[in-house]
Amino acid sequence: MENQILTVSELTKEIKYSLEENFSRISVIGEISNFKSHISGHWYFNLKDSGAVINCTMWKGFNSQVYFTPADGMKVIVNGNLTVYPPRGNYQLDSRSMKPAGEGELQAAFEKLKQKLKSEGMFDEEIKKAIPAFPQRIGIVTAIGGAALKDMISVAARRFPLVELVISPSSVQGAGAADTIVNSIKQLNKRNDIDVIIVGRGGGSIEDLWPFNEEIVARVIYSSRIPVISAVGHEVDFTISDFVADLRAPTPSAAMELATPDINEVFGFLNEFLYNASTQIESVLETSSEGIKRFLNSYAIRYPLDQVRKNQQKIDHLTGYLVQNIEKKMLLYRSKLSVLNKTISVLDINNTLKRGFVLVKQNSKYITKAKQFIKNEDAELQFSDGEIII
Amino acid sequence: MAKKKIKNSFEEDLKRLEEISDLLENEDYGLDDSITLFEEGIKLSKLCISKLKNAELKISKLKTDLSETPFEMDEIQED
Repeated sequence: MENQILTVSELTKEIKYSLEENFSRISVIGEISNFKSHISGHWYFNLKDSGAVINCTMWKGFNSQVYFTPADGMKVIVNGNLTVYPPRGNYQLDSRSMKPAGEGELQAAFEKLKQKLKSEGMFDEEIKKAIPAFPQRIGIVTAIGGAALKDMISVAARRFPLVELVISPSSVQGAGAADTIVNSIKQLNKRNDIDVIIVGRGGGSIEDLWPFNEEIVARVIYSSRIPVISAVGHEVDFTISDFVADLRAPTPSAAMELATPDINEVFGFLNEFLYNASTQIESVLETSSEGIKRFLNSYAIRYPLDQVRKNQQKIDHLTGYLVQNIEKKMLLYRSKLSVLNKTISVLDINNTLKRGFVLVKQNSKYITKAKQFIKNEDAELQFSDGEIII
Repeated sequence: MAKKKIKNSFEEDLKRLEEISDLLENEDYGLDDSITLFEEGIKLSKLCISKLKNAELKISKLKTDLSETPFEMDEIQED
């Protein structure tokens, strides 16, 4: 080798052969730095420790199997092959799989992201949207086959069956789950008839729950137009989603309880209304009828009636007086009449006839003077006891 | 997708009932108006009660094109 002169390409080829032969399927532990997720989907980063650094790549087909998104400072164990890239004369670790170096690593990443988002104001109470008290439609982002969904459906059916559930299916654990959660929340936000969204899943390990600690999930919840309730795992599990959501529920069942009114309370309100309204209208009627009674007894109404009664009395009195006077007058006239009758009877023509006088009639006319009498014509002589014609 | 606007949402109905209750308590409100309000309130509360009693939970599943498909309960498996 000493005397042999190699071209750069020949040397690099030797290095490549030697390195790739000896360092295939190796596992390396180190801290991630300079992590970049390229638009193509490939990952570029460095692994380092206190004394050294190595370039790493992880192609899309492999990094889609990693359940968490790496972040700078996270200590991981990477499995892969060493490759040499001759045009640049460098070597890198072509990563095939990656896992956190310990549970503490995920916890540390969690704390770091939490601090970052908090400093951006994404957890501020003032920006949290109110959860509507009587939703018409609730969007649900969870796995179709999960127990969480079953629990939520039974709670909704029991508490407020008037509501409609719109499930936007997503996967809730493992690689790629975060993307499906993001997509499901976005889909629901495209509709304008969803009142609240519940995002969640049942209990599991920290790895299982990890999608809800991803930054992309946090950001889509933050920008959701529709209020979001986060319900991940059990009471003790806290995720980034919980902090950024408008409301955190300890479990999916609890989330549905928070999102729906209790039907019994609503019935209570309605029955109370029916009772109160009846009482109130009765009292309105009572007040009104009292008002009418008061009005009828009022001076304004009584005064004219009194006047009428007073006048009635006067009229009665006058009528009585009138009748009395008329009767008196009638009596007077009656006695006068009987006197006159007597006088008339004295003057009666028949009495005169009885004394021997005769009435003479010619042509139905009384003859009262001699010159009226026409000779040779019939004359009617009227005696007191009858008439004769001569 | 066109928004399916329900004529009167349940929440609006309940709000109206609360309003009617407050108005009826107001003694300055006239008899005729009170009776009209009372009738409206009774009608509305009975409607709400029947809505609640006859309610059946509706569930649908969203597809990627935003259309809905009916959801079958047997899609859920016991864990």
